[in-house]
Amino acid sequence: MSRIRKQSEYEKTFAYRFFRWMGGEKDAFVGNMEMRPQKEYVEEEATIEERMRDRRQAMEEVYDSGHNRELRFFNWLYRCFSIIFCIAIVAMLVLTVSYLPSVGGEDKPTNNQVSETYITDGLKDTGAVNIVTGMILSYRAFDTFGETNVLFIATCCVMIMLMVDEDKIRENKDSNDRMFEPKNDVILQVVAKLLVPMVFLFGIYIILNGHLSPGGGFSGGAMIGAGMILYVAAFGFDRMEKFFNEKVYKCVKVTALICYGCIVTYYFLTGANGLACLIPLGVPGRILSGGITLPINIFVGSEVACTMYAFYALFRRGGL
Amino acid sequence: MEIFNMILMGFLVVCAISVSFSKNLLNSILIFMSYSLIMSIIWILLESPDLAITEAAVGAGVTSVLFFVTLKKIHAMQQETEEEDGNEPYQKTK
Repeated sequence: MSRIRKQSEYEKTFAYRFFRWMGGEKDAFVGNMEMRPQKEYVEEEATIEERMRDRRQAMEEVYDSGHNRELRFFNWLYRCFSIIFCIAIVAMLVLTVSYLPSVGGEDKPTNNQVSETYITDGLKDTGAVNIVTGMILSYRAFDTFGETNVLFIATCCVMIMLMVDEDKIRENKDSNDRMFEPKNDVILQVVAKLLVPMVFLFGIYIILNGHLSPGGGFSGGAMIGAGMILYVAAFGFDRMEKFFNEKVYKCVKVTALICYGCIVTYYFLTGANGLACLIPLGVPGRILSGGITLPINIFVGSEVACTMYAFYALFRRGGL
Repeated sequence: MEIFNMILMGFLVVCAISVSFSKNLLNSILIFMSYSLIMSIIWILLESPDLAITEAAVGAGVTSVLFFVTLKKIHAMQQETEEEDGNEPYQKTK
């Protein structure tokens, strides 16, 4: 049986202080530190005059290239060095190009057995007809995992810099520049109504067919993100929030990343230890085939679509 | 086909040079957009349609939209519709 503690007793516990500190209600410095109101800073007459004189001197004499010999010398030096740097960089790049192996040469580094193995064994190993997708999502799934993480971290950084609190959006309408737009633009809305479903469908088709035809998670996701941006530009954030808000965004993004990580870990662990992988490769050419390529394509696609839309929304109004 | 390829390549070079010489920021974004479109056609001619799809969606679509939004945020785009809505027009910087 749990008993409810008295308020005065509860206030002494560590948990109470911790939650107050977490919530930002408690200031650790109040009561422990002497605090004084800030004094108004008064400037003396002499310092103001001195500053004005310095400023006038700077405005009139320092940038007067006709009389200031040092400035002229510096400009000359600047030009010389910029030309020298340009020539040096161009020379370095040209020198590097001359060291590259010739196109189609026999000893070219791309002409080794790795690409040959990919081409000959790709279908057998990954079950994906599209070798490119099969390669980047199963042989090099770890690389792609890193790229997906980069997308995740990039949106996190943009959020840290541009995200505004919800109540601040209401207060300061200046941050939401959609307020200043002509709303309900008929041309844009009709075009969006016709185009957005097709864009979404095509994006989903590209993602789901990534292991059979050209495309894959990144292209399809970028297309769906572009469709979402078109929808928002035409109908506004209020309509968008009905089916895609911050909560959905967080769920989709985190779930996609975690599932991707789990699948790749499982695939690599079983592969490295010679165990049988439980994910079937299926018959090549069918939709439900390609082993881990199809689910990973879906996760990468949702991640990329969320990233594209999040960039736009954060740029536009500082929130999702 | 070879001639068509050459024409597209020429367009690419012209676009790349004119982006850096254009004084108007909006114009340079539009030129950048057309650069991406031409690039996506070239990807198709080089038989890599997946790259073409990505280039068209990201290069011509999302990146340019983000550039437009940034231009709007720094008030570098001309605003003509504000006065109709009754809001205060932005100060024109250029």
